[in-house]
Amino acid sequence: MYRTMRRIRRFEEAAEVAYRAAKMRGALHFYIGEEATATGVCAALNEGDFITSTHRGHGHCIAKGARLDKMMAELYGRTTGYCGGKGGSMHIADVASGNLGANGIVGAGVPIAVGAALGSKLRNDGKVTVCFFGDAAGPTGAFHEGVNMGSVLNVPVVFVCENNQYGMATHTEYANAAPVGDRGPAYGMPSERIDGNDVFQVYERAKVAIDRARDGEGPTLIEAVTYRQKGHTIHDSKGYRDEEEIAKWIAQDPIERFKRAVLEAKALTENDMQAIDDEVEEAITQAEEFAEASPWPTLDAIEQDVYV
Amino acid sequence: MAVTSAPDAPAEAATRQIFMSQALHEALDEEMARDPNVFVMGEEVGIWGGAYNVTAGLLEKWGEARIIDTPISEAAIGGAAVGAAVTGCRPVAEFMYSDFMGIAMDQIVNQAAKNRYMFGGAAKLPITYRAPFGAGTGNAAQHTQSLEAWFAHVPGLKVVTCSSPHDAKGLLKSSIREDNVVVFFEHKAIYSMRGPVPEDEYTIPLGMADVKREGSDVSVVTYARQVHYALEAAEQLAGEGIDVEVVDVRTLYPLDVDTILASVHKTNHAVVVYEAARFGGFGAEIASQIQEHGFDDLDAPVLRVAGSHSPIPFSEPLEKGAIPDPERIAAAVRESLQGSR
Ligand SMILES: Cc1ncc(C[n+]2csc(CCOP(=O)(O)OP(=O)(O)O)c2C)c(N)n1
Ligand SMILES: [Mg+2]
Repeated sequence: MYRTMRRIRRFEEAAEVAYRAAKMRGALHFYIGEEATATGVCAALNEGDFITSTHRGHGHCIAKGARLDKMMAELYGRTTGYCGGKGGSMHIADVASGNLGANGIVGAGVPIAVGAALGSKLRNDGKVTVCFFGDAAGPTGAFHEGVNMGSVLNVPVVFVCENNQYGMATHTEYANAAPVGDRGPAYGMPSERIDGNDVFQVYERAKVAIDRARDGEGPTLIEAVTYRQKGHTIHDSKGYRDEEEIAKWIAQDPIERFKRAVLEAKALTENDMQAIDDEVEEAITQAEEFAEASPWPTLDAIEQDVYV
Repeated sequence: MAVTSAPDAPAEAATRQIFMSQALHEALDEEMARDPNVFVMGEEVGIWGGAYNVTAGLLEKWGEARIIDTPISEAAIGGAAVGAAVTGCRPVAEFMYSDFMGIAMDQIVNQAAKNRYMFGGAAKLPITYRAPFGAGTGNAAQHTQSLEAWFAHVPGLKVVTCSSPHDAKGLLKSSIREDNVVVFFEHKAIYSMRGPVPEDEYTIPLGMADVKREGSDVSVVTYARQVHYALEAAEQLAGEGIDVEVVDVRTLYPLDVDTILASVHKTNHAVVVYEAARFGGFGAEIASQIQEHGFDDLDAPVLRVAGSHSPIPFSEPLEKGAIPDPERIAAAVRESLQGSR
């Protein structure tokens, strides 16, 4: 899990550098500070299980097992990227590994996750779908319709709200009449609020919900409380949050917390983690080189893949 | 038929150069001052100041009661505008990107557009729905669409676009004062374009096209950002001795067919340019109007330069290739002239 969190963190830091060097364009939404949520949840999934992701999707994608080189190439807009350069950061999907896609439409993943789980139920394939969504998807109609339908159809889906406290500049308490994690009773399913920056707790609670879904007992709604350390996108430098709040959450950084916990428990040594860091660094360098060396798509690609 | 306003006309003393986003801001601010029933609602219109800075500072000036940050609830934004309008308010409802209007489609199409008619004229819905549209920003398929044809196709909606700060301000003010439902599209690639805007108050009536460049050989009929590409193409072609007239239709519904026909009557050639997917796009309506009503004036078929039949791709070369540019417009103008020989 440490490796996964480091891969997410370093992938995004490298992407930011490349973006600022004008090697990429469009929007980049950083997951930095929220790594424990995707990592803990995906660690509790089996290979072949499904996830739906969001506009802030790098973490979900990496935690689900995506290759960094193909992700980086997608951000660079190259043919070797996961989407051949057609999707970019906000639309990376890796259907083969069960990642049904990042999404530019807030809330849109909720009904899609229900549908994927419905398919599993029909095929009886034993798979579970995890639906990641932000706290600001709580007010969408798609959330309400999707969660309600998931419940009444009793499909194997787990709804994971990443409450990073904000949707752009809007505080989650302003936008949601009641916290997402309190809404389970309204939809006839268990719900709980967990510490999204504690990767162990995330893993344990996700495991319970995922097992429950796999056993045919229906959906669970989890609200993982975490924090978006960076701006909404790479362009966001607005001062709607106070420095104290940001500092407080940086002190709760999930990777640092993991380190403290494993060192204290003597489960890993500094050296163990350094070895992982080195390995991640190499993978990042290799991903960047791969992306830089990859060809740009040609114009004949524009109208390809619109239809089968 | 006459060109009533002269946008981007020689700057007079009382004219400043401002961004299109600022011009739109002024329109909102002035209309809020003029009519206490006007209010603004949408995602991030308050604290953030609007995704493209149009509403920046309005929250501080007008307060939370009239500059309303909403949750991410497009259906509720679209519908709350209906309820507020029918009971006497004059809402300006903003969608952060026109791509998200799909979520509000029932409220816009089945409620806003139809209430007055279904109620036998016994209701008035003075709503302005604002939305950024268009490609060129690297934001990929779900943040770059040009969906104006969807709305122009719905009886009960008026549809407005703008290509300059001057037009943006005058047209938005008229849209807010309009007693019908207006869908007001702003091309996101030109928010930061500067242009002359008078100090004094003015409005531009809906339903009037504007000739942005006079010419005698070919009429290029277009709107929004493509007006600028058409003007660039016209400059290129001027060097080849081809004199292009650029007609900015501005309002898609009601469409100023007279101004378009007058131009074609003069040039005998028409090229229609739009950024949306070519098939079934709004330019097809323009082309059809020209051939129905101006057939005798035409020396060549009406040509279209439009977007590819695809979502907008992310990668820069693909995105550029998916929408019209000055080179493709110029090529179509040449082709049109060849067709007449
Ligand atoms: C339907 C829809 N409305 C608005 C937006 C614009 N938008 C993109 S992300 C975002 C905030 C989302 O916040 P949240 O769901 O909490 O996720 P976070 O960005 O915090 O990870 C908004 C308003 C969108 N993409 N889709
Ligand atoms: Mg959030």
